Amino acid sequence: MQDFSRRIYGLENEYGIMCTLKGQRRLSPDEVARYLFRKVVTWGRSSNVFLPNGSRLYLDVGSHPEYATAECDSLFDVVAQDKAGEYILNDLRIAAEERLADEGIRGEIHIYKNNTDSAGNSYGCHENYLTSRTDDQTRLSDVVIPFLITRQIFCGAGKLLMTAKGPLFTIAQRAEHIWETASSATTRSRPIINTRDEPHADAEHFRRLHVIVGDSNMSQYATFLKVGSMACVLRMFENPEVDFRDLTLESPVRAIREISHDITCKKKVKLKNGKEMSALDIQRIYLDKALAYSENFGFNDEETRALQMWEHCVSTIESDPLKLETEVDWVAKYHLMVRYSEKHQISLGDPRCHLIDLQYHDIDPARGIYYRLQEKQLMKTLCSDDDITAATKSAPTTTRAHLRSQFIVAAQAKKRDYTVDWVHLKLNDQSQRTVLCKNPFKNIDDRVQKLIDSL
Amino acid sequence: MTEKIRKSVSTPAESPVENIEDLAVAKNAHAENIKADLDHLLDEIDSILETNAEDFVNSYVQKGGE
Repeated sequence: MQDFSRRIYGLENEYGIMCTLKGQRRLSPDEVARYLFRKVVTWGRSSNVFLPNGSRLYLDVGSHPEYATAECDSLFDVVAQDKAGEYILNDLRIAAEERLADEGIRGEIHIYKNNTDSAGNSYGCHENYLTSRTDDQTRLSDVVIPFLITRQIFCGAGKLLMTAKGPLFTIAQRAEHIWETASSATTRSRPIINTRDEPHADAEHFRRLHVIVGDSNMSQYATFLKVGSMACVLRMFENPEVDFRDLTLESPVRAIREISHDITCKKKVKLKNGKEMSALDIQRIYLDKALAYSENFGFNDEETRALQMWEHCVSTIESDPLKLETEVDWVAKYHLMVRYSEKHQISLGDPRCHLIDLQYHDIDPARGIYYRLQEKQLMKTLCSDDDITAATKSAPTTTRAHLRSQFIVAAQAKKRDYTVDWVHLKLNDQSQRTVLCKNPFKNIDDRVQKLIDSL
Repeated sequence: MTEKIRKSVSTPAESPVENIEDLAVAKNAHAENIKADLDHLLDEIDSILETNAEDFVNSYVQKGGE
């Protein structure tokens, strides 16, 4: 029944929004959100929709546009579908600015794919991994939490913090906002793993591991590696022949901040067993285990690619983390900020450095600093502009998302009233026909074809 | 499942090279290129950075999410 040679992945990003005129705030986030979503509401009669590419787009708590990718079974698809979210939101931005102009309101709309604002509020980037119902959840947490705390050294998006001692460049945006290891909370007290049990699939067989500790990445390389390295760890966890060393940290919440505050990646944090190890030491242990696993059992092709990238990053960090400027967001941002401050002879605490910290994440390709770096081939990419543009319109064809996409496109074309969610496809006609799709790996289904043919 | 063929954008450092020495030269040239490109970006950056940096950054206040 279960085919874990493939795995279903998904990414959810909450975006920050602002409308300004000459640097001054023009509209509240609620108002900006309304303008942004007018086009969505016209299309789908709701501000909570599933798009033809199988993704979900809606307004989340706190007026954050949230884009959740369709179910992907390929790491390349994860990157393309995640980047497609940026393209889709940028299109909404352009339409909203035209609307503002029509109504005589002057102002520019900014959309940021980051995780913090200037007042210390945070919003997330959540990862989803389909796992087996039979997994021991306590053991799973024990195995993955030290990995998730330390992987920021290559997945962090970088953040300039103002501290009592002055400005401090830190590795991870989310590090200051995590308060627990595993719980069902989200806004109140954010955990590393959210344990709410919503598999969006057959609950008899599947669970969905929901990781909420990660930063939103602009770097395609970092996105691929973030999801791919975790996929390697899960693959090892699922093999009963693999034992893991106990790397439980004495205080995971303190450790995540201490690691984030150390751009050398080499300062030690305390383990529960009394030993001390750096984030780099801990990553090296997981990586060596994965390299041995690759020899003995083998990973699939994409996991192997992720393993190579993981090895490249850990080895480079061992010599000099600041050499990862074309792969890792925090390193790219750090170089830019330091070089800029040197050029203008200003301190890192200068508002212009904070602006670079923010504008790195602007999804407008003309304004966003990440996009300027990418344009100059200063960031490695895995998907082309054509791949991403295609992903704004098409779902992955190898998962359940394909069925949802076909149904939405057909129902829209025939102007039929329908309702969909991750598992249901429903026609709102007299007979209220509904198809339940409980297997996220299944991309062909006679029942769905019948429903589409009947439109 | 059909095999997907993807092109990845290769950077100069990933171009085929004959031997270790060439690799070292290529890597140095690559590092120089990166430095030059970053210099260009630093020259351009003031034209894309929002004016009124302090007000702009302070205006960026959201509600907490999730």
